[in-house]
Amino acid sequence: MLPTVASNAAVTPAFIGSYLQYVRDNSGELISLTLQHFDIVALAIAIAVPVGVTLGVLITFNDRAATVVIWLAGIMMTVPSIALFGLLIPILGIGNPPVIVALVLYSQLPIIRNTYVGLQQVDPAAVEAGEGLGMSRIERLRRVQLPIALPVIMAGVRNAVVILIGIAAIGAFIGAGGLGNPIFSGISQAQTARIVVATILLSGLALSVDYMLGIVEQLLRLRNGEDIDQSVGTRACRRVIS
Amino acid sequence: MSTIEFDNATKVYDDGTVAIENLSFEVEEGTTTVLVGPSGCGKTTTMKLVNRLEDPTEGTVYFEGEDIETLDSIELRRSIGYVIQEIGLFDHMSVAENVATVPELKGWDAEDIDDRVDELLELMDLPPAEYRDQYPTELSGGQRQRVGVARALAADPDVLLMDEPFGALDPITRENLQDEFLDIQERIDTTILFVTHSIDEALKMGDKIAIFDVGELVRYDTPANILEDPGSEFVADFIGADRTLKQLQVTQVRDVMHRDVPATYDHLVEAVTNGSATGTDGALVPVEPSDSTQTALSRIIQAGAEAIPVVQDGRVVGIATEEAIREDTSDRRQSHEVA
Repeated sequence: MLPTVASNAAVTPAFIGSYLQYVRDNSGELISLTLQHFDIVALAIAIAVPVGVTLGVLITFNDRAATVVIWLAGIMMTVPSIALFGLLIPILGIGNPPVIVALVLYSQLPIIRNTYVGLQQVDPAAVEAGEGLGMSRIERLRRVQLPIALPVIMAGVRNAVVILIGIAAIGAFIGAGGLGNPIFSGISQAQTARIVVATILLSGLALSVDYMLGIVEQLLRLRNGEDIDQSVGTRACRRVIS
Repeated sequence: MSTIEFDNATKVYDDGTVAIENLSFEVEEGTTTVLVGPSGCGKTTTMKLVNRLEDPTEGTVYFEGEDIETLDSIELRRSIGYVIQEIGLFDHMSVAENVATVPELKGWDAEDIDDRVDELLELMDLPPAEYRDQYPTELSGGQRQRVGVARALAADPDVLLMDEPFGALDPITRENLQDEFLDIQERIDTTILFVTHSIDEALKMGDKIAIFDVGELVRYDTPANILEDPGSEFVADFIGADRTLKQLQVTQVRDVMHRDVPATYDHLVEAVTNGSATGTDGALVPVEPSDSTQTALSRIIQAGAEAIPVVQDGRVVGIATEEAIREDTSDRRQSHEVA
């Protein structure tokens, strides 16, 4: 062992040294697990957004349907993920498919709700002007309501992504892979380092994706002419764009 | 020919509210007709019957001779401009994109749309170079409504509907926009239906005024005729006590001026031509034929003169005397009293 590392170990508590050791020994695998985790969530979101936004749009036409759909999506959130995986295995087998389906279901509440709320909040005057100028219902949605509601929908997607990154870890239990793997093996083999490192990576992944989507949301808000406190990232992005 | 005709139109809302009952009148092509009345009188509903944001429960509305319910509502709306008090600009689109809305819906070529947008922004006194790429939230209230009007006029509509277009603006901006719009109105030759709750705005903007009481049309005539003879207590109350003053506001200088200037006023004409116009008390600013007699009278009083030269395109075209203005107003009153 190099002397510098030894002196580090001397000033830091022993357990931190063991975590660093674990990271050094498994860096390649940790990176690939993180990417795998990201892939699972990205695929689920790619399916969940069109589904959720479509539902969110449809329920604006009928208040009763809105209440029922949002209530059902809320119920969905209360089902323990491990139970849902178990219920999906007989239909979809093990591995990615049941996990992706479960993640899509869990993400519906924030996406549907925010689409619905975002569309409801669009200035009625803009909608009336669109109607009076001869836009059909579809044109009004596409040209006026959805673009104006986009930042609110984006906030829902952000919310969903953060939830999914956490739930996807449990998917490792039924063979989906990702950062849940070192957590489960850490539990069964009493390897705290694995659990701690994987958890930190999960949080880091969730926070960084959340921050990036937050920038997208702010850019959309700015485009809608809203006056907001811009994050450092948003300001940097605007400088790059302009 | 009438562009819009209401024939016994009745509108009852689902909750049983009767908005208008047996309404019949015609809007003449190329004129500005102002619907005025207290709130809840059905004037906005009447306007919405024209672009089918509402359909009558009974009766018929005709647009260029055709029963409006046989026309496709989307196509109809694209041939009718629509301006509302809340403006309703699309905040996520630039000024140019907002103005281009209807031409784009109609599928114009990009180049034609660009030219049209520039033309309208020029018309609205919003230089395209500066305003095209701005966003609505960067504009003042007055500028926003100019964009709103430009957007409504973009596809060169046959009819323009304006629902309290200047109602939310501060008084100074409102007056400026009214004046500018009067000017624009002469250039665009579009039939305009204008809704307001302000009788002053109605008298100022309208060629014809339709005064509404709750759910019914009580008077439909020119501003001058209505001021001369309100015809009913409701209309007289609605106009208010300062009827004579309002008459001065709606009478144009061209209607009272002497085209041949009597020699006694040569000194005034000369003063104006020399650019050294002063009456006994101060500067005498000449009026234009399209100015109101109120403006003329106020300048006459201000300058301590007995008359004021009327100037058009830098040339003196006549003179408006205080006497002529007074006579004109009392003539109108007397003609009503005799009648």
